[in-house]
Amino acid sequence: MNRITASQAGLIDCHHCGEVCRDVGATEGEAHCPRCDALMHRRKPGSLARTWALLITAVILYIPANVLPIMHTSTLFESSSDTIVSGVLVLWKGGSWDIALIVFVASVVVPVLKILVLAILLISVRRASNWRPHDRARLFQIIEKVGHWSMLDVFVVALLVALVHFKTYATVEAGPAIVAFGAVVVLTMLAAKSFDPRMIWDSPESAVAPENIESQVSQHE
Amino acid sequence: MRSQLAICDHCDTVHQRVEIPRGTNAHCQVCGCALYSNRTTNIDALLAISVSALIVFIIANAFPIVIVELGGEQNQTTLWGAILASYESGISFVAGLAALLVFFFPMMLILLSLYIFLPMRFGIDVPGFAKAMRLLDAVRPWSMVEVFFLGVLVSLVKLSGDTDVTPAMGLWGFAVLTLLMTLLNSVDMHELWDIHGRKRR
Repeated sequence: MNRITASQAGLIDCHHCGEVCRDVGATEGEAHCPRCDALMHRRKPGSLARTWALLITAVILYIPANVLPIMHTSTLFESSSDTIVSGVLVLWKGGSWDIALIVFVASVVVPVLKILVLAILLISVRRASNWRPHDRARLFQIIEKVGHWSMLDVFVVALLVALVHFKTYATVEAGPAIVAFGAVVVLTMLAAKSFDPRMIWDSPESAVAPENIESQVSQHE
Repeated sequence: MRSQLAICDHCDTVHQRVEIPRGTNAHCQVCGCALYSNRTTNIDALLAISVSALIVFIIANAFPIVIVELGGEQNQTTLWGAILASYESGISFVAGLAALLVFFFPMMLILLSLYIFLPMRFGIDVPGFAKAMRLLDAVRPWSMVEVFFLGVLVSLVKLSGDTDVTPAMGLWGFAVLTLLMTLLNSVDMHELWDIHGRKRR
């Protein structure tokens, strides 16, 4: 692959304002952008460890989020508890297959996809894999874009709790799983933010040999 | 003079900036992500959107979102009604999330936009401009008005089977706010910095 990276060229760019600067070798965490004063990183520091920590916490919390009920409904005649998945099934059986699909994608597909993709990215980066970088980069962009839609169920529960408190007929109360689920969404969003996608392209095969750097820079300038 | 180089945020590849046709984006040749664009970012329009967003934000929060009726008993809620009900129901974490993601962060986003676009429109330097820009960038992904709006629609469907549901003013407020926040969120920070740089010279 014929390319040169900023770190090879001794350049560093500001992710906030896009300014390109010469890397003067400042200690990581001390280099500020001359234009906007944002902190600049060659690579996000401790990205792998931080992303792993957030992701593993999210995976652990994902278990109670799915096993425990997200809400309890009690009516005059019966009371029932819903988990995330049973809530989707109730909507499906009630004939609102379209809404059921939306909730299923937001509450099940997106979180699972995020956890799997981040795990694949972390493992492949750790092994300095050269495997389909384009697809891995695309996957990362997708989970970064759609991640926040998982918060849907959290807002639905908050709204139902507020709206359904008819003294004699029906009440809805929140279950513990919604807290765990909300935490999973926040943690996976933080995990995606702490992952540095530039690491996907840092595998040794895609790097330019040091002796060729000078000639490549001049080609670009 | 702006740097002749552009570096891809996603893969760190160095590119030389080239002239591109109006209204198009330049993409990274390695990973395909957007690098820079040649679009006319209209500060007038952004200022108008920010002012509208502030007004709509107030409307969306001041009026009930939906009214539900069951056996002669009526309930309604605003955003803050839902936040307080969650808090009283023992899920203060959910209440906190809703308050931050649907109220405080969107409010910050609107106020920061006003603080940035108003002086930019009239070519005035304000203290803390850079800080406001960085804060705007940091807050943006955590503003979830659009997700909340979808949540309202899902709740409507869930309730419509067993109760009489009437959409109220707040619902329309959040519908319009979703649109305005999406427009505000689509602004490219790199582009804003370039405009800011050009105006000062």
